Amino acid sequence: MHNRSIAFWLFLTPVMLGLGLVVVVPFIYGFIFSFTDWDGLKATTFMGLENYVRLFKEEEFLSSIWFTTKFAFVSIVSLNVIGLGLALIVTRNIKANNVLRTVFFMPNLIGGLILGFIWQFIFVSVFNDIGELTGIAAFQGWLSNSETGFWGLVILTSWQMGGYIMIIYIAYLESIPKDLIEASKIDGANSFQRFKHITFPLVAPAFTVSMFLTLSTAFKIYDQNLSLTNGGPGNDTQMVAMEIVRTAFAENEMAYAQAKAVIFFMIVAVIALTQVYYNKKREVDL
Amino acid sequence: MKKESRGLYFIEGLGILLGLLWIAPFYLMIVNAFKTKREIFSGVLGLPESLQWSNFIQAFQDLEFFKSLFNSVMITVLSVVIILFFSAMAGYALARNKSKLSGVLFLIFVAAMLIPFQSVMIPLISLFGQAEMLHAGGLIFMYLGFGCSLSIFLYHGAMTGISKSLDEAAIMDGANRFQVFWHVIFPLLKPISVTVGILNVIWIWNDYLLPSLVLSEENATIPLKMFYFFGQYTKQWHLALAGLTIAIIPVIIGYFFAQKQIIKGVSEGAVK
Repeated sequence: MHNRSIAFWLFLTPVMLGLGLVVVVPFIYGFIFSFTDWDGLKATTFMGLENYVRLFKEEEFLSSIWFTTKFAFVSIVSLNVIGLGLALIVTRNIKANNVLRTVFFMPNLIGGLILGFIWQFIFVSVFNDIGELTGIAAFQGWLSNSETGFWGLVILTSWQMGGYIMIIYIAYLESIPKDLIEASKIDGANSFQRFKHITFPLVAPAFTVSMFLTLSTAFKIYDQNLSLTNGGPGNDTQMVAMEIVRTAFAENEMAYAQAKAVIFFMIVAVIALTQVYYNKKREVDL
Repeated sequence: MKKESRGLYFIEGLGILLGLLWIAPFYLMIVNAFKTKREIFSGVLGLPESLQWSNFIQAFQDLEFFKSLFNSVMITVLSVVIILFFSAMAGYALARNKSKLSGVLFLIFVAAMLIPFQSVMIPLISLFGQAEMLHAGGLIFMYLGFGCSLSIFLYHGAMTGISKSLDEAAIMDGANRFQVFWHVIFPLLKPISVTVGILNVIWIWNDYLLPSLVLSEENATIPLKMFYFFGQYTKQWHLALAGLTIAIIPVIIGYFFAQKQIIKGVSEGAVK
């Protein structure tokens, strides 16, 4: 198919219209209007960088970025530990292998909104009863302060996405040649040595993949945030995505919210581009 | 050998323990969905005295379950069919044209994956609102826009395994480009279509934010309806949990029938 062939353009028209009208045009339109006093329908004055200057001074926005960053980093660690741990269990020659994979992966298929509601029940009612039963005070008052709200979100995300990261690790673990393991056994390596010298180096790329995946997912989380803590108490557990939605649709500050959205895009894009860079570099190194 | 098998028993035991921990939230949800309000108040860890099916009946009615299910199914199926068809066509066209322009277009589609939903959401809703496109049809079109990037990327990758001589042979036989695509290429892309389809179904079925901005309550999908429902029954966990259980059932049924393909599809989509 050549550039001038009608078929080429006909085949591309639907997706070009889709991407153009849904992503590209709103993206450019939003970028331009973030420098104005746009109210969602019309803009009357050009305001330069005023929206951007304002957002860097707004405590609520900055604290949502800080909260999200903290959340993302803690989630990376917990998800990779859980994902690799689960993968190591279900790739062994055990009977429950397939059932366990199914169980660990299941939460991924259910929407974050619904899972957040279920965990709200677990943290508030079930934890409370466990606390009363055991007398351990740490189980009580969950989601009522920013500390437990934060860990609640981490636990929910780790439980939901752990099985997904597990799948990624499984793909890498199962590509390790069997004879490599056999040879090391004959050479007398114990299972810890095998893990350290064979499994770990060969699975290391999976860590890069899941680290970036976790990082960008963690930054974009909205549903779980809404249904588990609704940003509360106060705005203590509000993440960036929710902050933007509220600025736009609850406070009706469209241009200002869009400026936040532009900053949000930059953060996510930097994360993604770093990943692309790392992948390219690794390919070259190999 | 003996030491090894004892190790395996330990791992199996640990795995089963973790598996139980993993399904504990679902277990607690279902058990408490069968209790009365008073029973939940006095303790959530025990079993219900008798099964309160009435919780489910009320939740079922308040969720307008068949209607929400119908809305969810319609929107998901139509969006995914459209995404699959048009993305496969585009992936095919881009892979068969080796020009610089084609490469640039492909790069634009891939680069668009960098743009998170929230950073185009506000102007998108404003523009589509002005065009009076905030309805189910508009939503399906939006899903094409958001979903086509990854789908084209996956199809484009899969095209490298399909020889160009197939196209040429079919054209020699008098087929036009669309016939080549539909009768020769698209059937060969079936494995990747399964992957692309699964990834898009999981995403669209569970999506909450976009439909919440686009659809009226009349056309609410399951997650949307669940949100309204939950707001109505805060502090009435017996009904809220029954509703959540009902909302999850379609997913569990789907998972039961297609778990192999789902896990395979997700792992292919993630590793690429």
